[in-house]
Amino acid sequence: MNFPADLKYTKDHEWIRVTGDTATVGITDFAQRELGDIVYVEIETEGEDLASGDTFGTVEAVKTVADLYMPISGQVSEINPDLEENPDLVNTDPYGKGWMAKIILSRPAEVGDLMDADAYAALVG
Amino acid sequence: MKQTPLTEKHRQLGAKMAEFAGYEMPIVYTGINDEHQAVREAVGLFDVSHMGEFILKGPNAADLIQRVTSNDVYKLQPGQAQYSCLPNAEGGIVDDLLVYYLEDGNYMLVVNASNIQKDWDWIQKHNTQQVECYEVSDQTSLLALQGPKALEVLQPLTDLNLQDMAYYTFAKGKVAGVPQVLVSNTGYTGSGGFEIYFYNKDAATIWDALMKSGAAHGIKPCGLAARDTLRLEMGFCLYGNDIDDTTSPLEAGLGWITKLQAGNNLFTGREAILALKAKGLSRRLVAFELLDRGVPRHDYPIADAQGTIIGKVTSGTMGPSVGKAIGMGYVDQGHTAEGSTIYVMVRNKPLAAQIVKLPFYKA
Repeated sequence: MNFPADLKYTKDHEWIRVTGDTATVGITDFAQRELGDIVYVEIETEGEDLASGDTFGTVEAVKTVADLYMPISGQVSEINPDLEENPDLVNTDPYGKGWMAKIILSRPAEVGDLMDADAYAALVG
Repeated sequence: MKQTPLTEKHRQLGAKMAEFAGYEMPIVYTGINDEHQAVREAVGLFDVSHMGEFILKGPNAADLIQRVTSNDVYKLQPGQAQYSCLPNAEGGIVDDLLVYYLEDGNYMLVVNASNIQKDWDWIQKHNTQQVECYEVSDQTSLLALQGPKALEVLQPLTDLNLQDMAYYTFAKGKVAGVPQVLVSNTGYTGSGGFEIYFYNKDAATIWDALMKSGAAHGIKPCGLAARDTLRLEMGFCLYGNDIDDTTSPLEAGLGWITKLQAGNNLFTGREAILALKAKGLSRRLVAFELLDRGVPRHDYPIADAQGTIIGKVTSGTMGPSVGKAIGMGYVDQGHTAEGSTIYVMVRNKPLAAQIVKLPFYKA
């Protein structure tokens, strides 16, 4: 499985790419494999200020449903419009076209609490 | 955790394995949609060796089966199979099953893995006339070869005439050189095909022969996840989800296998079912398609337009072949008409759904 070194990870199997004071969030390759074919990504928290660990959406696979948790505190500033029509992008390109949301960080120091790729790989290994 | 003779093969094929009814079973190989589509359009192979098999023998075997099952076993000729259920004394369902009439005084019952012990105990409780009963689940393997290409895959491996084998009939013959294999024109997918019963020692031989013969037809190994989406698109009940000890076969739409006419079919539970029928059903299992976006799941509440809870989802999924979110659930009488709108409560949000006629998938 693929865990890019430039990303940070959570125990809830989300990845986060931090650029300045914003971050892009998605679910990991491990998570998409565990969920299987994804059929619907529901994020209705755009514009909301949420704390790290809060639920910001759900992802529905054929056989199961999982909550999406904020890896870091901030405001959900954008959701991936392509997932509306093509939720399977999460399966085929979890770190690229399958991204889920962008967050404006309210507590950038929390980045230090997240796992690097090696620590995450050890967690799911 | 129990294993089937093919567990190692599933692992080698990269299947995601998980516990189901006490067995380590393949859940998915390449992907649910991929496997589902293979069965609808070509052919798929399922290891369902976890299913339970009982052999009932002797001059009173038919009588015992007649007294514990809701269908009429005397309608069967040797070589025919029948879908039926084991009602309990309260008119609920101990299990649903297939009854195979092997030959005079010799029957095979095929039951759900999760209910093997419960069914066995239930049948033994009614076995007052020394019918010889054998629990052969652990010696018996079962493969389901399902899909429109199943005939072309299996026929070259056997002398049995599969072309003329009618739905819900079966025969024993040689398959891939293995003698005394039971091949049955049955299945749980709605795409046609065969179920193949044999001894565990022959599992690898038969699996490999089917996969090899199927290669030219696009055969795929399929897991229990695709088995579930396939059966749900047909509206076939799954024990533990859509039917259980507390649901009546009448409520579940299984009146067609519940033969209530007086006569020689005085099965356990008949009086309770007749009483329910006389009183009128208070709820019914309905099929629905979601109109709003979302996916219904087992146990989600169902509400009416005013928000009053009127039922509960028993099975739900995104239907890969129908391209819609579909489900079944028990709904209170008065809300069950086809075409009417109900609301599935998904994370406290009412999602509109329309009650439809089964099956969801029409070949």
